Amino acid sequence: MHSVVCIKQVPDSAQIRVHPVTNTIMRQGVPAIVNPYDLFALEEALRLRDQLGGRVTVISMGPTQAEVALRKALSLGADDAILVTDKAFAGADTLATSYALAAAIRQIGKELPVDLVFTGKQTIDGDTAQVGPGIARRMGLQLLTYVSRIVEVAPERREIVVERRAEGGVQVLQTRLPCLITMLEDSNRMRFGSLPDALRAARQEVRHWDKTAAGIEDVTKIGLKGSPTIVSKVFTPSPRAEKAEMIAIEDGSPADLAAALLGRIAARFPGVEKELAQRA
Amino acid sequence: MSEPTAPVKKKRKVVLDQRLQAYRGVWVYIEHERGRVHPVSLELLGEGRKLADTLGVELAGVVMAGVDAGAEARGYCQTAFEYGADLCYLMQSDVLGEYRNEPYTQGLTDLVNAYQPEILLLGATTLGRDLAGSVATTLNTGLTADCTELAIDPDDRSLLSTRPTFGGSLLCTIVTLNYRPQMATVRPRVMAMPESQPGRTGRIVEHGLLLAEADIVTKVLEFIADDRRDTPQLPFADIIVAGGRGLGKPENFQLIRDLAKVLGAEVGASRPVVQAGWVEADRQVGQSGKTVRPKLYIAAGISGAIQHRVGMEGADCIVAINNDPDAPIFEFAHFGIVGDVATILPALTEAFWVKLKRQASLPPQEEAA
Ligand SMILES: Cc1cc2nc3c(=O)[nH]c(=O)nc-3n(C[C@H](O)[C@H](O)[C@H](O)COP(=O)(O)OP(=O)(O)OC[C@H]3O[C@@H](n4cnc5c(N)ncnc54)[C@H](O)[C@@H]3O)c2cc1C
Ligand SMILES: Nc1ncnc2c1ncn2[C@@H]1O[C@H](COP(=O)(O)O)[C@@H](O)[C@H]1O
Repeated sequence: MHSVVCIKQVPDSAQIRVHPVTNTIMRQGVPAIVNPYDLFALEEALRLRDQLGGRVTVISMGPTQAEVALRKALSLGADDAILVTDKAFAGADTLATSYALAAAIRQIGKELPVDLVFTGKQTIDGDTAQVGPGIARRMGLQLLTYVSRIVEVAPERREIVVERRAEGGVQVLQTRLPCLITMLEDSNRMRFGSLPDALRAARQEVRHWDKTAAGIEDVTKIGLKGSPTIVSKVFTPSPRAEKAEMIAIEDGSPADLAAALLGRIAARFPGVEKELAQRA
Repeated sequence: MSEPTAPVKKKRKVVLDQRLQAYRGVWVYIEHERGRVHPVSLELLGEGRKLADTLGVELAGVVMAGVDAGAEARGYCQTAFEYGADLCYLMQSDVLGEYRNEPYTQGLTDLVNAYQPEILLLGATTLGRDLAGSVATTLNTGLTADCTELAIDPDDRSLLSTRPTFGGSLLCTIVTLNYRPQMATVRPRVMAMPESQPGRTGRIVEHGLLLAEADIVTKVLEFIADDRRDTPQLPFADIIVAGGRGLGKPENFQLIRDLAKVLGAEVGASRPVVQAGWVEADRQVGQSGKTVRPKLYIAAGISGAIQHRVGMEGADCIVAINNDPDAPIFEFAHFGIVGDVATILPALTEAFWVKLKRQASLPPQEEAA
């Protein structure tokens, strides 16, 4: 089994702050991490390799700093890492990103045929959940999104069975290899990397592919030019005009506070009062 | 979507190719599940109606279903009419029985190519996101995910899609340049549910799908329906009592359940509490959990981080209990109590119990007075 796992380096959005006066993002010092959702994809690929043999290649498109994310993946057990990096990719939206990644994965396939492509469910900065479906479409692969479990892989029959989270239930799907899987979060637990892998990751080469090496055929489909969407405006959410009405009573007991709160809800929110009356 | 990290381009007036100027009308994909239209599709019809009226075009629903759905599929069209659609495109085929990416992508792409809408909206459900991503790539057009606001640019009729970015700390507005249709997904409960207009009708346009089961690679072996009894319907609950890390230990989460029980409410939670395993994952409210819109949301021991806030700020009335007077949640709650959850929650449970019991024992006329 040869799996390719797409990982993206993202800013840790939990640590992003908006400047209270200028309303701009304070990006300095915000650490870059591997998109957390992609780790579930990586772990699943590693498990298949451990079970069936084969290799796991990780790939990322981004600036040279994104090599750090790939090294992290190597230290967790991935076998090879490729960074698709070129100024021509800058400003890519998901459509242009999936075009570039699909081309690069085809190149990987020329070295060693690819059985499975994995992506995370979504990124925490782009958040579109579109790059996975986009790659599948462009490569003509069967698409399995929101996979919660890989039930069975039969390499000799070129078949795979998975469970997919759907609205109102779980679909058990069977399809043909190669295919693309977007892995649902919390579907597995990421391993701790081993010491030998950590040592190997520090030394191993991360190959950098520019647009030629990545096999890009149509340069109008990458970067800003290949992106049908643009961000026309960025702004901070408007704060609610009024802050909370604080319920406070000097020397009040919890019971007094509770009673006061119920009174204020009844006074200000008749809709809530009506809802409560229905439940009586 | 473009990276918000990329420099913001000043939007120039988009002059559409001749070919794309023919694209007219607003479409809403009508998702259905076990005989009923998904509420998010109705919410989108409400929003789509406004967009269509602004543009002076028709609003259409798109219904795709198996042939055995027969009359039911026409029922979905009727529901779409009652919620504002002028017409529905109806595609029925053997291969559309259960949702699968391949035949649905092909079907929706065919419809778009045949009837050329300028805007196509889908719910940001597991189905909607799967389908939207594939269709947008096939059509080579722009897709904006998880929008919280949709509007029309009066200058050039283009769709302005606003969505949270960086985990909700910022909002950004995305436009699709010289590509059509302009596609967007919206999460359930983000848009308000429109009033239905019983008896309102519209026309149905049927369109076939040239695809046989033998052409389709992926097979559904089984569908394991969620057991309705224990899957919480958080997005549609009218009252939610939610607990956060401030509860301190898993046993204390019982205080949340007790209050919820008295109120007949659903139990919600912040992410750390879910990650610690105190409650099931589908009770998580927020950016990576559910978006909720209850009449009353009681948040206990929750700090009010932006990722939590984006999932619940649509509640009519938010009550926050936190022992830190400077907790961010007090910035946007309607009522706040500074205090310890361990004492305030039981007091609230008691007070609501007394109130509801008293109301129950009052004759209805007196209650209304
Ligand atoms: C990509 C991403 C996605 C995320 N998605 C979500 C999401 O969907 N939903 C979500 O909730 N979070 C999400 N988060 C996490 C979010 O950033 C916050 O970390 C989280 O919401 C905090 O949870 P909390 O308020 O329960 O805990 P804390 O921030 O630890 O707050 C606990 C609060 O309890 C108060 N408290 C402590 N003791 C008491 C007491 N005895 N009585 C009363 N009050 C007390 C404290 O003052 C504090 O305000 C996400 C983060 C990231 C990076
Ligand atoms: N620049 C990138 N490089 C590698 N993989 C990516 C990149 N962008 C997105 N992906 C993959 O696509 C998934 C969905 O991303 P998104 O559509 O941005 O939500 C992610 O979880 C990654 O696995």
